[in-house]
Amino acid sequence: MKRIGIDVGGTNTDGVLLDGTRILSRVKTATTADVTTGVRAALAHVTAGADPAGLAGVMIGTTHFTNAVIERRGVERVAVVRIGLPAAAVLPPFTGWPADLRRAVEGPVFMLRGGHEFDGRPIVPFDAEGMRQAARAIAASGVGSVAVCAVFSPLTAAAEEEARAILAQEAPGVAVTLSSALGRIGLLERENAAILNSCLHGLARRTVAAFRDAIAASGLAAPLYITQNDGTVVVAEVAERFPVLCFASGPTNSMRGAALLSGRQNAIVVDVGGTTSDVGVLEGGFPREANSRVDIGGVRTVFRMPDVVSIGLGGGTRVSTAPFGIGPESVGFRIREAARVFGGDTLTLTDIGVGLGLAAIGSPARVAGLDPALLARCRDWIRTALEEVIDRMKTSAAPVPVVAVGGGAFLVPETLAGVSEVVKVPDAGVANAVGAAMAQVSGEVDRIFHDMPREEAVARARAVAEARAVEAGAQRESLVLLDVEDLPLAYIPGDARRVRVRVVGDVR
Amino acid sequence: MREIEADELEALAIGAGVLGTGGGNHPHLELMCAQEAYARGKRVRMLDPAELDDDARVAVLAFMGAPLVTKERLPEPVSACRAVRLMEAHVGRRFDAVMSVEIGGENAFLPLLVGMELDLPVVDADVMGRAFPEVQMTSFAIRGLPMAPFAIADIRDNALIIAHAENAGWTERLGRRAVVELGSIAGTCGAPRTGAEVKAHAILGSTSRAIRLGRAVERARRAHADPVAAILAAESGALLLRGKVEDVSRRMAEGFVRGQARLGGTGTDAGRTLLIDFQNEFSAAREDGAVLASVPDLITILDAVTGEAIGAEVIRYGQRVAVIALPADPIMTSPAGLAAVGPRAFGFDFDYTPFARRAGAGGEARP
Repeated sequence: MKRIGIDVGGTNTDGVLLDGTRILSRVKTATTADVTTGVRAALAHVTAGADPAGLAGVMIGTTHFTNAVIERRGVERVAVVRIGLPAAAVLPPFTGWPADLRRAVEGPVFMLRGGHEFDGRPIVPFDAEGMRQAARAIAASGVGSVAVCAVFSPLTAAAEEEARAILAQEAPGVAVTLSSALGRIGLLERENAAILNSCLHGLARRTVAAFRDAIAASGLAAPLYITQNDGTVVVAEVAERFPVLCFASGPTNSMRGAALLSGRQNAIVVDVGGTTSDVGVLEGGFPREANSRVDIGGVRTVFRMPDVVSIGLGGGTRVSTAPFGIGPESVGFRIREAARVFGGDTLTLTDIGVGLGLAAIGSPARVAGLDPALLARCRDWIRTALEEVIDRMKTSAAPVPVVAVGGGAFLVPETLAGVSEVVKVPDAGVANAVGAAMAQVSGEVDRIFHDMPREEAVARARAVAEARAVEAGAQRESLVLLDVEDLPLAYIPGDARRVRVRVVGDVR
Repeated sequence: MREIEADELEALAIGAGVLGTGGGNHPHLELMCAQEAYARGKRVRMLDPAELDDDARVAVLAFMGAPLVTKERLPEPVSACRAVRLMEAHVGRRFDAVMSVEIGGENAFLPLLVGMELDLPVVDADVMGRAFPEVQMTSFAIRGLPMAPFAIADIRDNALIIAHAENAGWTERLGRRAVVELGSIAGTCGAPRTGAEVKAHAILGSTSRAIRLGRAVERARRAHADPVAAILAAESGALLLRGKVEDVSRRMAEGFVRGQARLGGTGTDAGRTLLIDFQNEFSAAREDGAVLASVPDLITILDAVTGEAIGAEVIRYGQRVAVIALPADPIMTSPAGLAAVGPRAFGFDFDYTPFARRAGAGGEARP
């Protein structure tokens, strides 16, 4: 089965064509301002001379959606319906948002009576008439996208679904995001996620359409998948509706690629790029998630994002000799003109690596005269920096394997304290694209269950997660349980527990 | 009386998280509510307990229910305001001030929010000095003051008074049952306290203590210094361990999250293992069978880098943490106090011993 993986990063767009797990072709091109041109170039490169017959899918990871929010470009105005009065009357939608993003996104806001208790009872009856009036006002306002968030919708989405039905009647054509589709307890954060998703609605449609055009223009006929925060993919139709789930693809794709290229399911991954090394942890083949809340462009949300720490150690990191210093400045994407081995006059860690004989890149003769004492000092600095960050990411004192990927992987020493082995793989420079190409499809649920035994709660959660995975493009028979987390809830009777289940399977 | 300044609210939230001892979390929603009220021009007036007239009437406020419900329904001061008005009608006298049941966690902010809505000053005091799970675990109850009458109200038009209760345990029991029916979140107003009672039996200076703690953390963060050391210096506490969370087990019992966390030392603490028991709050810290600290002293687990308090509900494998102990108020360590909130009240089979300070922990010896 052939697959194409493309990872659109800030500097490079990387692509691979895989047949099974074998890399048939690979490419690293510059990311273009319009992104699509770079994707088209990558597609042309990896398919040149290869037979694209039997291509099962094109998997693309992109920084489009994150950048749109961070740079406040391409976002649209969003109407918000919050259902929960007389509860949840404080802290109205957009509270705590950065002023500039709020100006770009804030549309009409409606606060309605309704929502549910922790045990599924209505707080008060849903104000359907108020919803009808709100829907008419939204239709009249010209806003094209609406976010709906009801109190305890992860427990029962009835109020949100009723709102959607009324919107369909009164404001047809307006795109609706229900917060319950994005899961997770925490009204404000879930509402924020729904609003961010809504404000990316048009951009998501345009971006996915552009990717489809790029695939068609390359003469390929394969389904398009987009990579998500958790290292899995969804079919483009789902990504179009939930761009917010496709925020953190870069580090995730690298870590997934490292797992696939090295065969290691539990390891620390060091992705040495041009400017930084991104260090993350693989647990069971997937990136470990960060525990803390996540701010996207200054907005507090509920996403789980990969737990990644970056340090200023990259192939383009500058080295100064008098006084001695390394980074954090980097020549970045200019490395191919600035570094000494490429004929430039800036001393970088790539030059040091070549000088140490770790790699043969460019013209090694141009660094042959480097002071051995300087080389040794740099080698020690790299070792110390990596050992420190690896120790920070470890979960126990036991030695762990480290997989080194990225264009600067050669800088990682062959042995490190606290590390059982340093694994270097061929094609480490395109691990991110490999990770995208090989990505599976996941489904996740995070809900409260009560008045039932733990086993039944987990079984019900699993059924919902599986249905979501199938909708996202997974083969039902290939689904396996990735993780189960259940948390008993304090001060709530009836054996209430919050259950989170994630399943993963192969693409159809 | 002084006004709490806008930039003290964040410090109060940090300090309330530290004093939450794992049960109350960093009250970020309540902080946002307070900041939003400040943006509307409201201000909190904080009253030194010494300024209270002996005959003044003080409303003792708490959200009762499940913290998780607050995350969905948001912290509405409206319900507590209704409970205050109900109590005033019941006893036939207006309140002169409000105060919190517990300074640890979300309840630290409730009197501020209610005080701004009802234009009443907030007394710089609480009755736990930390967070505890039940209403009888207060200095007022320990000193034998009746908890009833006790007013409970929700955001709809539901409100009730427990006019009489056999003892504080019954107030808790009846109140808890009503609160579950109301959706596991309600505003409550305890029996009115006179100024003289507050001065004699409350834990004084709690709000300013939390602000001071928060300030210390903020200063350390700004200076890229160690916030854990800053807290210990501000509080004359003890560092029990720096290390990593190695294992967490949780179970439900009688409506509370109970469990144990195992922490392995790192750095100079390498090779040591600490077991932390929790019953919503962290209740005991043990090493090799010896008790290093226990209730009612405060055991708090902090993020080793940011100094942010980590709750028992969110602590998990792999976190880098520092475990600290802070001294409890003398009311809590008195014989009557220990009977209510000592180790045996939490089901342990050992007696309370004040935690020992370890060399190099910072701060001076405990008085």
